[in-house]
Amino acid sequence: MLGSGILQGLAVTAKNFLGSYHDPARYTTVEYPEVKQQLPEAFRNFPFLVTENATDPMGTLRCVACQICEKECPPQCIFIEKSKDKKPDANGKLQIYPVVFAIDTSVCMSCQICVEVCPFDAIKMDQVFEIATTDRFGALLLNREQLAKPNEYFHQIHPTEAAEVDARLAADRKAAEEKAKAAAAAKAALPAKPAPAPVAKPAVVPPPTAPQSPGPAA
Amino acid sequence: MNLSFALIAFLILASAVLAATRRDLIHSALLLVGNWLGVAFFYLWAGAEFVAFAQALVYVGAISMVVLFAVLLTRRTRTELPLLVATRDRVVSAVLGGLAVFGVLAVAVLRTPLDINPAKPAASVSMLSLGQQLMGPHAAAVLIVGVLLTVSLLGAVVLASSDADGKGEAP
Amino acid sequence: MIAVTPILSVATSVSEWMFERATHSLTLVATGNDRFLERFPLLLRDWITGHLPESLGWLAVSLLAIVVILAAFGLLFAYLTLAERKILGRIQNRPGPNRTGWFGLLQPFADGIKAVTKEDVVPREADAVLHFLAPVLLVAMSLLGLAVIPFGRHLLAANLEAGVLYFFAAGAATELAVFMAGWASHNKYSLLAAMRALAQLISYELPLLLSVVPVVMLAGSLSTTHIVDAQGGWTFGWIPHWHVLTPWGFAGFLMFMIAALAESNRSPFDLPEAESELIAGHLTEYSGFKYALFFMAEYFGMCGLSAMAVTLFLGGWQAPCAFLEFIPSYAWFTVKLLTLLLGFIWIRATLPRLRMDQLTRLAWKFLVPLTLLNLANAAFWSLSAGWSGPLQWVRWAIAVAVVVGPFLFLGRALTAGVAPRTYRYA
Repeated sequence: MLGSGILQGLAVTAKNFLGSYHDPARYTTVEYPEVKQQLPEAFRNFPFLVTENATDPMGTLRCVACQICEKECPPQCIFIEKSKDKKPDANGKLQIYPVVFAIDTSVCMSCQICVEVCPFDAIKMDQVFEIATTDRFGALLLNREQLAKPNEYFHQIHPTEAAEVDARLAADRKAAEEKAKAAAAAKAALPAKPAPAPVAKPAVVPPPTAPQSPGPAA
Repeated sequence: MNLSFALIAFLILASAVLAATRRDLIHSALLLVGNWLGVAFFYLWAGAEFVAFAQALVYVGAISMVVLFAVLLTRRTRTELPLLVATRDRVVSAVLGGLAVFGVLAVAVLRTPLDINPAKPAASVSMLSLGQQLMGPHAAAVLIVGVLLTVSLLGAVVLASSDADGKGEAP
Repeated sequence: MIAVTPILSVATSVSEWMFERATHSLTLVATGNDRFLERFPLLLRDWITGHLPESLGWLAVSLLAIVVILAAFGLLFAYLTLAERKILGRIQNRPGPNRTGWFGLLQPFADGIKAVTKEDVVPREADAVLHFLAPVLLVAMSLLGLAVIPFGRHLLAANLEAGVLYFFAAGAATELAVFMAGWASHNKYSLLAAMRALAQLISYELPLLLSVVPVVMLAGSLSTTHIVDAQGGWTFGWIPHWHVLTPWGFAGFLMFMIAALAESNRSPFDLPEAESELIAGHLTEYSGFKYALFFMAEYFGMCGLSAMAVTLFLGGWQAPCAFLEFIPSYAWFTVKLLTLLLGFIWIRATLPRLRMDQLTRLAWKFLVPLTLLNLANAAFWSLSAGWSGPLQWVRWAIAVAVVVGPFLFLGRALTAGVAPRTYRYA
C-alpha cells in the first residue's frame, strides 16, 4: 500500500524521540564540559615527570638527567640541563638531577618515545588536554616544576601501568638489596683467612649505584 | 469615498502607463500585475467581494505566471528590444489611433443610461445568490467556459508531449 | 432466515443509535461559553479602545487585531524554529540548542540578532528594486492570509463573506514573489530554481483548492465562521461533527496537508530551498535579514495553512467533547494548530526529499484525480444525509470505498516499476 513505508518511518522517528528521554542508547550526546567522556586508560597527551612523593617534588624526581629522551625526541621538544653537583634522591643515593627540564607542549606530538626509552621510569604520559591559553609564546612551554607530578597521580591516570612499574622497581630494589647483602655476607666471611704478604691492595671500589632496569617499562 | 476611488484609479492608470513605457519586459509584466491588483481593489471598493478575490486569485496568481513564463521562454527582455524611431508619420498615426479609441469609448460610456445618483443603494449580492445565479440561469455560460478551459489544457498537454518526442529544438 | 431477522434488527437499532445525525435527536448543540476566560479578549479590547475617542474606534480595533496577530505569530514563528531544532535533535539522538538560556529558550533571539547583523550582499548586476521587494512581498502576502481565520469564538480579524477565497488569493500572490526573487538575483541557477519552485507551487495549488471545495460545498458558505459553525455540535456529547471524522473529510484533510507541505516549501518538498539543490535555489543571492524574511514567510505560510486546515477540517475553535467546553475556544484552536505544526516537524524528520519529477507526478497523477473523486464523494455524502437505519451503514461503506479504492489503485499505479529495494553488499 502506498504510504505504509512512510507510516513505518514515522513510527521509528517517534520511538527515537520518546526514547531519547529515558534510553541512553537513543541519546548519545555527551554534554561537554559539564559531563566529560570516560577516557580510556591508554589515552595520552604530553609527558610529565614522576616524583616519588608530593611533599618534596624536586628532591624526589626519578629523572637523573641522562638526556636520552632529549636525544630521542623526534620534534626535539625536550630541553635538559644537567646539574654539576649531586643530591640524594628518594632512595637516599646521591644522584645527578636536572636543573632545567622543559618540554614545549605546543611542539610535542605525543609519540611516547621518551617514555619508551627512559631507563628510570622517570617520564610518563599525562592525560591533561584542557590547556588552552591565550599566551602564544611562553605559556605552553612547561618547566620542571610544572611537569613534576607525584606517583599517586600516575596511579590515578594509568593504574595498570603504574602498578607494573612499581612492582618492577620494587623487585629490582629487592634484587639489588639481596645482592648487596650476599656481597656483604661474602665479604664478611672473608677475614677468617690470615693476613697474606704485605701486597698493596687496591682501594675497594664502592658498590655500583641503583641496578640497571632490564628494559623499557611497558 | 471619492478619495479612495481616486487612489485606486491612479494606481490602475499609473501602473498601466508605466507598464507600457518600461524598457525591461519583466518590469512591464510586474507592473501589469500591479494593474490587475488595482482592478481587484476597484471591485472591492464597488462591493463585489467574490469578483475581487477571484480577480486576485486568477490574474495575480495564475495569469501573471503565464505572462512571465512566456516572456522568459521567448527571452526578449532587457537589451534586445529594438527602439522604433518616432518619425512624423508614426507620431501622427499614433495620435489619431489613440483619439479614435478614446472617442469610441467616450461615446459608448456617455450614451449608456447608467444611474449615477441612485435613490437607494444597490442591493448587495450575497454569495448564495451569486452561486444560484451562476448555476441556474447562467449555467450554460459556466459549462461552456469550463469546456473551453479543459480543451485548452488538454491542447497544451498534447503540444508539450509532442514537442518532447524530439521534434522540438534542444534546450 | 429466522436468524437473520434479529441480527438485522439489532444492526438497525445499533446503527440508529450510532448515526443519528440525520434526525439530530441525540445531537448536542454547542451552548456557547460565557465564562470570563472566553470573553477576556473582548474585555481587553474594550478596555484598550475605551481610552480612545469614539470616532477612531474602528481604526483602534483593526490596529489592535493587527498588532496581536503580528505579535502572536511572530512569537510562534520564533519558538517554532526552536521547537523544530530541538525535536529534530531528539529524533536524531542529540539535544537541540540548549546553551542559550534554559533549554535554549533564547536561541530564536540569538538567531535573529545574527540575521540582522549579517552583511546584506546584493549582486552588482541584480535588479535592486525587485531584489528588495521579493521577500517583503512574500512576508506580506503570507501575513495577509491570517486575517480571515477565526482564532476563537469572538476572535476574527475580518469577517469576509468570501473568506476562504481571500485566503487562497493571498497565497497565490506568494508565487509571484518567488519568481521575483529568482529573477532579480541575475543568476542563471537562481532563475532555473525559481522556475522549478514555481512549477511545484502551481502543481500543488490545484489539489489544495480542490480539497477545500467539498468543505465549502457541504458547509454552504465561503465564510470561515459559517464553516466553523457548521462543524458544531456533538453526537452523544463526545463525537464532534468535524469534517475530518467523515470519509471525504479525512481524505480531504490528508490531501490538504500534503498540498500544504508543498505550498510552504516544506520537507519532503523542500527542493526549492535545499542547500544541495542548485546551491540554495532562488535564495542563493540573499543573505542576512532578507534570508531570515524568506524563512519567516515560509513559517507564516505553514502556520496560515495549518490554521486554515484547523478551521476547515478540525472544527476550528470547537471543543472535541461537550463537557470540555469550559476551556476557552482560542486554547482549543492553539492546541489543534500546535498539533498540526508538530506533525509537520515530525514529517520533516522522517522523510527524504522528493525529486522534481516525483513531486510533479505525485501532484498531477495522484492528488488531482483523488481530489476530484473526493468532490464526487462529498456530493454523494451530502445527498445521502437523509438515509436512515441500515442505509447509514451503506452510506458509510460507499463513502469509505470511494476513498480507499482509488487510493490503492492510484498508489499501485504510482509505484509501478518500483520494486522493493534489494541491497547487494560488496
